[in-house]
Amino acid sequence: MKAPRKQAPRDQAETAQAAPARVSRGRTVRTVGGLSVRVDVRAFTVVVLLLVAALTAGVVLIGTGDFPISAGDVVRTLLGNGDAGQEFIVNELRLPRVLVGLLVGASLGLGGALFQAISRNPLGSPDVLGLGQGSTAGALVMIVLFSGTARQVTVGALIGGLVTGLAIYLLAWKRGVHGYRLVLVGIGVSAIVTAVNGYLITKADLVDATRAVVWMTGSLNGRDWEQVWPLLGLCAVLVPLVLGNARALRMLEMGDDVAYALGVRVERTRLLLLVAAVLLTASATAAAGPVGFVALTAPQLARRLTCSPGPNLVPAMCMGATLLVVADWASQRVFGADQLPVGVVTGILGGVYLLWLLVTERKAGRI
Amino acid sequence: MNPDAHARTDADTDGETRTTRTTRTGPNHRRSTVSRLSAEDVTLAYDQRVIAERLSVEIPDNSFTVIVGPNACGKSTLLRALSRMLKPRQGRVLLDGQAIQSMPARKVARTLGLLPQSSIAPDGITVGDLVGRGRYPHQGLLRQWSTDDERIVRESMTATGVAELADRYVDELSGGQRQRVWIAMALAQQTPLLLLDEPTTFLDIQHQIDVLDLCAELHEEQGRTLVAVLHDLNHAARYATHLIALREGAVIAEGAPADIVTAELVEEVFGLRCQVIDDPETGTPLVVPAARKARTAAVKSVGVPSVGVGKG
Amino acid sequence: MLVDSPPEPSAETAPAPPRRRAVRAAGLLVSLVVLVLVAVASIAIGAKELSLEQVWHGLFQDSGTYGDVVVGERLSRTVLGLLVGAALGLAGAVLQALTRNPLADPGLLGINAGASAAVVTAITFFGVTSLNGYVWFAFAGAAAVGVLVFFLGGSRGATPVRLALAGTAISAALYGYLQAVMITDEAALGKMRFWTVGSLASATSDIIWQVLPFLAAGTVLALALARPLNAMAMGDDTARALGAHLNRTRALSMAAATVLCGAATAACGPIVFVGLMVPHVVRSFTGPDLRWILPYATVLSPVLLLGADVIGRIVARPAELQVGIVTAILGGPVFIFLVRRRRTAQL
Repeated sequence: MKAPRKQAPRDQAETAQAAPARVSRGRTVRTVGGLSVRVDVRAFTVVVLLLVAALTAGVVLIGTGDFPISAGDVVRTLLGNGDAGQEFIVNELRLPRVLVGLLVGASLGLGGALFQAISRNPLGSPDVLGLGQGSTAGALVMIVLFSGTARQVTVGALIGGLVTGLAIYLLAWKRGVHGYRLVLVGIGVSAIVTAVNGYLITKADLVDATRAVVWMTGSLNGRDWEQVWPLLGLCAVLVPLVLGNARALRMLEMGDDVAYALGVRVERTRLLLLVAAVLLTASATAAAGPVGFVALTAPQLARRLTCSPGPNLVPAMCMGATLLVVADWASQRVFGADQLPVGVVTGILGGVYLLWLLVTERKAGRI
Repeated sequence: MNPDAHARTDADTDGETRTTRTTRTGPNHRRSTVSRLSAEDVTLAYDQRVIAERLSVEIPDNSFTVIVGPNACGKSTLLRALSRMLKPRQGRVLLDGQAIQSMPARKVARTLGLLPQSSIAPDGITVGDLVGRGRYPHQGLLRQWSTDDERIVRESMTATGVAELADRYVDELSGGQRQRVWIAMALAQQTPLLLLDEPTTFLDIQHQIDVLDLCAELHEEQGRTLVAVLHDLNHAARYATHLIALREGAVIAEGAPADIVTAELVEEVFGLRCQVIDDPETGTPLVVPAARKARTAAVKSVGVPSVGVGKG
Repeated sequence: MLVDSPPEPSAETAPAPPRRRAVRAAGLLVSLVVLVLVAVASIAIGAKELSLEQVWHGLFQDSGTYGDVVVGERLSRTVLGLLVGAALGLAGAVLQALTRNPLADPGLLGINAGASAAVVTAITFFGVTSLNGYVWFAFAGAAAVGVLVFFLGGSRGATPVRLALAGTAISAALYGYLQAVMITDEAALGKMRFWTVGSLASATSDIIWQVLPFLAAGTVLALALARPLNAMAMGDDTARALGAHLNRTRALSMAAATVLCGAATAACGPIVFVGLMVPHVVRSFTGPDLRWILPYATVLSPVLLLGADVIGRIVARPAELQVGIVTAILGGPVFIFLVRRRRTAQL
């Protein structure tokens, strides 16, 4: 695993100026064989801390519910030393839910970071581009027209998301995919699909409509091992693939021409990463519904913690996982178990964050 | 295969180009031997808009070639084609005798560098990191930052005079400094061929001269081949060793500035009446636009090439 | 490289020759005729088809027959469609001129989301249940979000993407709130799911009278802004040099657009894309002069809206598709086409 390059915090920068200038800031590890790997100390620390936070939140979340279990007991049970009752609750009921939360959060965080890097826009997240709407359309078709089972809804959502992603890519393609065009086409597609969704909801009876709205908000209720394995498999394939292309993605940040001049095969890299991002987002959405704002906020928060340019893929992934599990825990604590789905909490958190982002970024003259 | 032969046959098939070449081509060009970069009979177009048809250009090795011409004559388009950003609709661009489109992207990137007009500095990146990114084609997943990389990046920054800015954020720099940082990044790529698209745009006169001096140094001292698009004809005439004048997608003249820059050429290419005198500093041609009264007598007036305004 | 299209020449500096002006005036007349035809179709077509005589009878010799009652009901629907359509088109044209951004649209700018959030608040927390009661809430919500998006989008240096994203982001946040309320309050869900798609079906004369003053004021204000907006089309500095009052024009335009969209959305729910599409179509034959764009948009937008409404009634007979859905499904592809055709590289 490699971490993005970083810039030192400013106080370090000043001392570096006094010393003979170091050209770049990452710690470099070199071997005799001429191999060299750069490690960004700060980003690495952030990743470790986020992982610790995510796991801690996961343990606490497993302990939360109608039958509270202490953190010590949770850990003991997870290690296989708990009593039978606790073992059932932990391993069969709550662990899969937490794992789905972690995986969905990580996928959304990574997918969001990819979309933002490719569209070169901090707001170019899958929520805005209409992927969530596409998944919703697939799920609504299953719920409203076929009164489908949970599994059918999942499959429908997956197909909806993938088809929407494909449609956006094809429609935005015109001698290559321009970030700007991608965002605007996404907004257009999103509007069409939203209208279709609105129509489907008006067609549904009230029970189905309620089920649809709960699904649309994003929820981790009742997720079990059946959701864990496909997600885990997909992440195992896609995450290494994406990270292998992270350096090329970093070059893409400087504009297509510069990346091209540096020998990056721009369109191919972009297509590969977009496909990966669509797969990650669509499968996460299929598993838990379009949980709002994780994909939008996780990369931005991660970036502010690592203080480093570049897509910050690994930190964004860890941040997504942490955010989602913490939000799930918060929704259970604040509103009571299973009253409000996790998507409401991430929506509220994300909304506040987004307003702040728009104001500050505007002052900084960005976006 | 002898590229010279290519040039000859191309010229023969293209009547207009041939006449201009044979009449105006300077002695320098005739002597030119194997040229590493050339465009062969290329037709360049964006969507339906054809910019240039059946254009052939050869970049003499170890030259500082400057492409000039009025706005929208296809200067930048030609540069984009030479740097494989734009795929010609017809014909091909040859780098070291191979069609550039068919070569591995990374191999091209180690031979040919480009400073494009539009580039984006990522938020919160430092000068050192940005220049370091120029090393990308030489790096790999397990070879991310060798001592060579470090040395070359430092040399590039010193050459462009931005070494003391290494820790500064690119966002904070002035336009002139930023342009030099981007040039440093292109230098760090360590390519024998370097293409620059309007490197002096947005710079004040002092920085324009700085950048051009730097280019001349790179060309003279390191023997690199430079190709630049410039707006200012006088800068072009002073710094170029080889000048290519374009109009409406066709080469009107090419050769050493002293051989080809004449009042007739400037009028033909830019539609501007002028006098050409000797530059008192360097002896190169200096274009002095005719006074207004003299020009209003002329039938057409297309527009004066001006410093730092408008893009092709 | 991509060449930005040069600033469009203003009609102020190059007055149209008299003949072209006559053609444009004639075109406007033709558009009016088309509008009348569509309006008649809107009255005649529906679950029960009416003949032209029946329509005529219902309009001018109302004697209480079944046909006359149907005409009466469809009449208020048609009148509301006319008013709302004109308002949306006019607001879209003003917003596009104001932001110098051909993608500005009340739907993209989050005004719809603001109205929806306000209406769901009204239903759940204030116990409002009648459509007439929604109007004021929707209006306030739309106005608040309109102002917010304009400022967050960078008021002065608003770029296409920044405004669109500010609008989309705020919409997303507000829809999150909307969902939270709908999940916890089933009654609200039952009402909102019909309101949020935008429909003319519930038009009554009460609603028309409620929104009419706002629509009238907004229309007059917007039409009066044509000249200063023409000046602003050439950039702030040029406009200032020409003696335009920048801040005043900007504030008045924003006010006009917000009043128009807010009232329209309040009356019949969020209807997207009318305001986006029509000014584009109009611009393609009038050129950039707002003194022609605005009247044309006022006439042609209701043609589109009523047309979509009629289509919605035909395709799903005997039920109907809400007009908001039809306009989005018709307008979405047009939007994407416009995005693809624009040869811009700027962000």
